[in-house]
Amino acid sequence: MIPWLTIAIALPAIGAVAVRALSRARTPAADTAQMRRSEAATGGGTDTITQVRPARGTAAGAENAKRVAFGFSLATLAVVVAMALRFDTGASGMQFEQTHDWIPRFGVHYAVGVDGIALVLILLSAVLVPLVMLAAWREHEDREDGGAGYFALILVLQAMMVGVFAATDVFLFYVFFEAMLIPVYFMIGRYGRGEQRARAAVKFLLYSLVGGLIMLVAVIGVYVAGGTFLWTELTGSGGALAGIDTELAVWLFLGFFIAFAIKAPMWPVHTWLPDAAQASRPGTAVLLVGVLDKVGTYGMLRYCLELFPSAVSAFVWPVVALSVVSIVYGAILAIGQSDMMRLVAYTSVSHFGFITLGIFALTEQAQAGAALYMVNHGFATGALFLVVGFLISRRGSAEIADYGGVQRVAPLLAGAFLVAGLAGLGLPGLAPFVSEFLVLIGVYAFSPVAAVIAVLGVVLAALYILWMFQRTMTGPTPERLSGLKDLNVREKWAVGPLLALLIVFGLYPQPMLDAIGPAVERTAQIGTADTSAADGATTEEGGRE
Amino acid sequence: MIPLNTDEGFSGPVITSEVPTLDWWLLAPFLVVFGAGVLAVLFEAFVPAARRRGLQVAVAFLALLAAFLLFVLQAGTLPEEGATLVAGVLAVDRVVLFFQGTIAVLALISLVLITERRDGRDAFAAQAATVPGSEQERAHIMAGSQHTEVYPLVLFAVLGMFMFPAANDFLTMFIALEVMSLPLYLLCGLARRRRLFSQEAAVKYFLLGAFSSAFFLFGIALVYGYAGSVNFAEVRAAVENGGAPIFDGGDGDPLMLMGIGLVAIGLLFKVGAVPFHNWKPDVYQGAPTPITALMASCTLVAAFGALLRVFFVPFGGSLELWEPMLWTIAVLTMVVAAIVAITQRDVKRLLAYSSVVHAGFILTAVVAASTDGLAGAMFYLAAYGFTTLGAFAILTLVRTRDGGQELGDIERWSGLGRRHPGLAGALSLFLLAFTGIPLTSGFIGKFAVFEAAVAAGATPLVVVGVLSSAVTAFFYIRIIVVMFFRDPEEEGPTVVPAGMLTGGVITVGVAATLTLGVFPGPVLDTLLPSDEAGPEPAAVMVDEASLERTSP
Repeated sequence: MIPWLTIAIALPAIGAVAVRALSRARTPAADTAQMRRSEAATGGGTDTITQVRPARGTAAGAENAKRVAFGFSLATLAVVVAMALRFDTGASGMQFEQTHDWIPRFGVHYAVGVDGIALVLILLSAVLVPLVMLAAWREHEDREDGGAGYFALILVLQAMMVGVFAATDVFLFYVFFEAMLIPVYFMIGRYGRGEQRARAAVKFLLYSLVGGLIMLVAVIGVYVAGGTFLWTELTGSGGALAGIDTELAVWLFLGFFIAFAIKAPMWPVHTWLPDAAQASRPGTAVLLVGVLDKVGTYGMLRYCLELFPSAVSAFVWPVVALSVVSIVYGAILAIGQSDMMRLVAYTSVSHFGFITLGIFALTEQAQAGAALYMVNHGFATGALFLVVGFLISRRGSAEIADYGGVQRVAPLLAGAFLVAGLAGLGLPGLAPFVSEFLVLIGVYAFSPVAAVIAVLGVVLAALYILWMFQRTMTGPTPERLSGLKDLNVREKWAVGPLLALLIVFGLYPQPMLDAIGPAVERTAQIGTADTSAADGATTEEGGRE
Repeated sequence: MIPLNTDEGFSGPVITSEVPTLDWWLLAPFLVVFGAGVLAVLFEAFVPAARRRGLQVAVAFLALLAAFLLFVLQAGTLPEEGATLVAGVLAVDRVVLFFQGTIAVLALISLVLITERRDGRDAFAAQAATVPGSEQERAHIMAGSQHTEVYPLVLFAVLGMFMFPAANDFLTMFIALEVMSLPLYLLCGLARRRRLFSQEAAVKYFLLGAFSSAFFLFGIALVYGYAGSVNFAEVRAAVENGGAPIFDGGDGDPLMLMGIGLVAIGLLFKVGAVPFHNWKPDVYQGAPTPITALMASCTLVAAFGALLRVFFVPFGGSLELWEPMLWTIAVLTMVVAAIVAITQRDVKRLLAYSSVVHAGFILTAVVAASTDGLAGAMFYLAAYGFTTLGAFAILTLVRTRDGGQELGDIERWSGLGRRHPGLAGALSLFLLAFTGIPLTSGFIGKFAVFEAAVAAGATPLVVVGVLSSAVTAFFYIRIIVVMFFRDPEEEGPTVVPAGMLTGGVITVGVAATLTLGVFPGPVLDTLLPSDEAGPEPAAVMVDEASLERTSP
C-alpha cells in the first residue's frame, strides 16, 4: 500500500531543503571554510562584515531554485490528486491511514488519515501552492536570494498544511499546528510588504502562540483524561473520552476552541488578521487566509465537536452569537477599508462567521455547507488576493484611491477581479453560492433569527465588493494609470485555474459534496442530541476500525 | 530541645564505630575529577607558565571525559534500586547517574568554550589581582599572562556538581554546595573585558551565595533538631513517625516547617527562583561568557538534582507542608521573571531572566511530586542545558565593531540575520526552543513537565505556565525580529569567525535541540525511569531511600 499522505507531507519538505541548498551560493561547510580563509588573510584578526557577506546568488541560480520549487509543488499536487481519485466516497471514517509509534512514553504516534473534509482541504492547499508560486515569481527578485528563500518557506508551509489536516493523533496535530506558525512568521516579517510588516508578523505570532499554548493545556488534559492521543481511540461512545464528566469536557472544549477561534479568526480575536494580511505579500495572504485559517474551522469540526460531544450544547448559542457578530462586523468594517488587502481580510472575517455558524448550527446541511465553504472560500479569496496582488505589482500600492478605470487599460485583469469578487459575494453560478446557500438553509432550520441576520452579511457583501470594483476598475482612467499592463501569461496561469474551479464547482458541486458527505453525517449527529449522538458515532467507529 | 544521639534507633552521623567499606568503583568518577583537580593545582605550582595551559586543558578534558565514561559504565551495572557509598553519605541510583552524566557532558562542552582563544587570548583576565585599568594590568596583558587556574577551579566546581545531587545526608549536600560554589564565585570575577562589572558580579554572587548557604545550614540544624539525624533516609523515617521520639503528638512540626523553609531557600537560591533570583542577571552579565554558559547549564542541572532529591527523599513524606510553598514560588518565578525580562535590552541579562522562567517551569514538575514529574524535569534540564550552551556560544561571537568586547545590546543586532544567516538561524532555533515551539527539544520538555503537573492536579499552575510562556515568547521573538526583519546598521556588530571549537559547540547545540525535539523517544525511554519500574510517586529516589531505612 502506498503511504499517500506521508508522501504528500515529505515531498514538499524535501523540496524545501533542495531549494534552500540550490539558492544558497555557499553551503554552511563552505561558509566556515571561507571564514577561515578570510581569517588567515587578515592575520587571524576580526574580519569585516563585507568579507563575510553572503555572495549574491546569481539570477540564474535563483531562477533554477524557483523552478525546482514549482516542480515539487506540482508533484505534490499530482500525488494529492492521485490520492483523491482513490478515495472511497462511500465510506465513513478515515482512509489512507498509517500509524507508527513516535514517542512511546507519551503515547504519541505518527498517525495520519483523511476523511472527506480533510481530503478536500488538502486538495485546496495543493492547488493553491503552485498558483501562489506562479503569482509570486517576480516578487523578490531584488533580494539576495532572488526570492528562492520565500519559495522554500512556501514548501515548508505546504508540508505542514498537509500534515495538520492529515494528522489523526492530537499531539501530531498540535505539532503541525504550532510549527506552521514559523514559516508564516518569516513569510510576513521577512518577505512582507510595508514598514509595519515586522510588527504585523509579531502580532500574528503572538496571537497564535497564546491560542496554541492554551490549547496545549487542553491537549495535555485530553491525554491525562483519555490516556491516548490517537483520535480514533479517543472519539465515539466507546472511546477513551466518552466517560469524562461534562464540566471537564467543557473546559477542554474551551481550551481547543480559543485556539481555533483565534486562528479562524472570529470576532473579537480577529484583530491580527487585517494587519497580517496588509503586511503580507498577496501569495502569503492567499495561503494564510485560504488555507491556514481553515485549520481553525476544521479544528472546531474535527476536535471540538468530535472529542467533546457532551460539551457541545453549552457552546452552541455563544458560538452562534459570535459568528453572527463576526458576519456583520466583518462586512461593515470591510466597507470602510481603504486598503484592498485589509478589505479582503475583513470580508474573510465575515465569511468565517458563516463557516462557524454552519458548523455550530449542528444540522447536516449547515455543516456540509460549512465544510464546502472552507474550500470555496479558499478559491474565491485566493483569486481575489491574487488579482489585488497583480495590481500591487503594477503600482506598488494597495490603496483603493490609487486606482480607477483600470478596466479600460487592463480588461482581463478587471474581468478576473470581477469574477473573483462576484464569487466572494455569493453570486449564483459560482462556487461560494452553493455553500452559502446550504449554510443558510441549515441555519434557518436551527434558528431563523440567526439566518436572517446572516443574510444581512450577504447583502453587505454585495456592497463592499461592488463598491471596491466600482472605485478601482470603472470610471475614467487617470493619466498615471494609462500605461498599466494587462495580465501576462504567467499571471493568467496563476489566476485562471482558480476562476475555472469557481465556475466548475459553482455549476457542479456534487463531487465535493459526495466526498464530504459521510464525514459531515458523522459530525452532524453529535449535536442532534447529546446522548444519541454518541450511540450514532459508535457504529461509525466500528466501521472505521 | 535538641535531641541527643543517645536514643536507640538513631545512630547519628557523628561517629561510626565501624570502618566504612568503600565501593571504589562507584566512587571512581568523584576521585578521578578530584585527583585531576589536585594534580592541576600542582601543575600550577611546578610547571613553567609557557607549558601550563596545554597540560591543564588536557588534564581537565581527560578527567571529565573519564568521569562521563565511568557514569555510563556504572549505569549499566548499577542495581535497579541504587546503592549508597561511604557509610551512606552518598547515594547513587539511575536518576543521580543521569544528572551526573548530563553535568559531565555539559561541562565538557562548556570547557570547550572556556578553552577557546581569540588572537591568542582567552576570555579571562590576564591577571585578576591587578587593578582594572592600571599600569600593572597593562604590563600583564603585554606579557601575555593568563590564568590557567581556571581549569582546576572548573574541575572542583564540577566535582561539587557531581556530589550535589548524589548527597545522601544534609551535611554532605552542604559540603557539595560549597565545593561547587566557591570556585564559581572566583571564576565569575575573571572576565578579561569590563573587569569592574565582572568583579562586581563576583562580589554580589559571593555575598548573596554566602547568605543563602547560611540559611541552608540553619535549616539543616532545625531539621536535625526535628529528626535527630541529617541522613535523608532517617529524616524521612522521622517525618513518617511524626518527628524524633522526644516529640510527641506533632510538637516538632514548627521545627520541621522552618527547617524545610530554610533549606528550600538555600536550594531555590542556587536554582534562581523568584524571590531569590536577583543575583542571576548581574552575575550572568558580568561573568566571562564561557563561565556563564557553565553556570546556566551545569549548575542549574546540579541544583535541580539536589532540589528534587531533597524534596522527594527526606521531605517526601511531608508533601502537604512544602507543596503550597513551592506552588507559590513556581507561580512567582514564572510570572515575575517573564514580565521583568520584557524590559531587558542586554542579551545576557535576558537569557538570565529566561533561565529564571525556565526554572519556574521545572518547578511545576517538582510540585507534581511524581515519577512523571521527575522524568519531565530531568528531560527538561538536559534539553535546556544543550540549548542554552549553544546560545551562549553564539553570544561570544558577536562583538563591538572595534573587535573588543561582546556586544549584548539587542537593539544593535539589527540585520544580523542578513549578514550571518547561519549564525542568526542557529540562534533563532535556540530561541524557538526556549519558546517551546514543536519540533524543538524545548517543546518536548515543556510538554513533559506540564503533563506531569496536570496529571498531579496542578492545572492552574500549568495555565499560569503557558501564559508566562506566551509572555516569554514576546522577548524571544523580538530578538528574531531585530536580527531578521531590520536592515543592517552601519555601526552594527562584528561577528568574529566561529572557529572549530565554538563552531563545534553551536553545532552540538543545534543537533541536540533538533534531535531531542524530533526523536525524544530513546532518551525518554532508556535514561529515565520507566512507568513499569515503579508506580509509586517518585519511585526511584524514594525506593532507594526506603532501602536505606531497613538496613541499619
